[in-house]
Amino acid sequence: MNQSGNSDANELYQQVILEHNRKPRNFQCMGDCSHSAEGYNPLCGDHIWIYLKIAEEMISDVSFDGQGCAICKASASMMTTAVKGKSVADARILFKEFHAMVLGELKPDSDANTLGRLSIFKGIWQYPSRVKCAALAWHTLSGALDNKESVSTE
Amino acid sequence: MNKKNVLDIDAIRNDFPVLKRQVHGKQLTYLDSAATTLKPQCVLDAISLHDTIRTANIHRGVHLMAEEATAQYEASREKVRKFIGARLTSEIVFTSGTTHGINIIAQSWGRRFIQSGDEILITHMEHHSNIVPWQMLCNEKGAVLKVAPMNREGELVWEEFEKLLSSKTKLVSVVHTSNALGTVNPIEKIVAAAHERGIPVLIDAAQAMAHTAINVAALDCDFMVFSGHKLFGPTGTGVLYGRHDRLESVPPFFGGGDMIRSVTFEKTTYAPLPMRLEAGTPNITGVVGLGAAIDYIMGHGLEKIAQYESELLRYANQALSKVAGLNFVGTAKNKASVISFTMKDIHPHDLGSLLDNEGVAVRTGHHCAQPVMDYYRIPATARASLAIYNTHQDIDALVFALERAKEIFS
Repeated sequence: MNQSGNSDANELYQQVILEHNRKPRNFQCMGDCSHSAEGYNPLCGDHIWIYLKIAEEMISDVSFDGQGCAICKASASMMTTAVKGKSVADARILFKEFHAMVLGELKPDSDANTLGRLSIFKGIWQYPSRVKCAALAWHTLSGALDNKESVSTE
Repeated sequence: MNKKNVLDIDAIRNDFPVLKRQVHGKQLTYLDSAATTLKPQCVLDAISLHDTIRTANIHRGVHLMAEEATAQYEASREKVRKFIGARLTSEIVFTSGTTHGINIIAQSWGRRFIQSGDEILITHMEHHSNIVPWQMLCNEKGAVLKVAPMNREGELVWEEFEKLLSSKTKLVSVVHTSNALGTVNPIEKIVAAAHERGIPVLIDAAQAMAHTAINVAALDCDFMVFSGHKLFGPTGTGVLYGRHDRLESVPPFFGGGDMIRSVTFEKTTYAPLPMRLEAGTPNITGVVGLGAAIDYIMGHGLEKIAQYESELLRYANQALSKVAGLNFVGTAKNKASVISFTMKDIHPHDLGSLLDNEGVAVRTGHHCAQPVMDYYRIPATARASLAIYNTHQDIDALVFALERAKEIFS
């Protein structure tokens, strides 16, 4: 962004993100999960739970619930569709890549990555106050994989 | 209406150069004065002039620039005295802001006078800066923090407040104007009720000073605190007012230079007020800027400012009540130009980004008043807050941007 600011909220609120916000996928509590974690962003109040079913290092099921802004909810929803059926190792790679992308360190158009549709969040680094919204679900996923019960973005 | 009694808002807007700025290619609409007010050119000039031609430390040097800097700094103290109607300049202590002022009273006065079992009474609508310092003190002393409730409109429940005043109450610390809800508390009534029982009162006036006239001598409050940056002055400046007898009983907060009369390794004697509470080199340039900001406000007159803002608030309430899906948070009868709201199906943070994209700056979040958010069971609100430089067009721009946001999220 330059001094007058060239960024456009349309980049932040693309149709895919708005659609996932309206109809989040895998949006429910999972009673019989094997792993779970709570994620909280005290600055803005985004508050979610991630549930995983992991057997033999494979994520067979994943869901989330809680409340948050559109960026947070859409990111969580897309995260669940991205890691479902993946190995734990591949999910960890995705987390690293996603994290680097939202910080602006990984450019999905030029750097090698496995992000696929998640690269829709590639412009979010231009909105520093919103990076945490997009990253919360992923930090919480990482916490669940590491058996941490709660994750805070602070 | 007599023309002399009407503010020339176009001229006022011209005084604030940042209002000419574009954001995201749109004309800036600044509706975040409750977070910090913009600075008029006269304040920017006073700051720049001071640092350009009379950079010097105060109160000690005998060279010309030091004398000039001291005179300017102390002139600001006299301006503050006049501005808030204090009797003595020694009742005016410069601080870094409201938070600093409250912490001086909590940590110095409170440590001296508050004991185990004592009670400190605040309200449900306090900013964190009027909650946390008292919690810290209560934890240390075994004292109890009491909270007077508010109703759904965001008004203090008077009967409950009165019931909480007891022989155990050693201080009432209340917000004049809520930064999260806009509620203006019945301060005169609060001071009178507390004083009837011999209880001192601290007023957090951070949100009030640029919008309404307060006379501390008439009000007879014991302490009052506010920030420079919420009345068109620089950040890092603020004022602690203490009625002389009360302030005399406040032990030094920081020890150091400028607050002493004499120092030996065996014993230090302290300087008189207000210097006793101003250890170290203060924000001299900032205080000079604060003086210019007060000149600016007094030049227009707080009565006229309050009148203009209340008309603007009326217009804003009317315009915003026509926006479908908008829900006001805080609807007190006596309300300042702070409008907190939520929008159906749009999280406040998304709303903040969407409005920003239209050039409209509002605050979104919990406004450092999480207990208020908890009361309404919401994580956050969007808040549009008005000041002397805002116009009907700014409100129209907000309404337009809200409708745009709804379109995007529909």
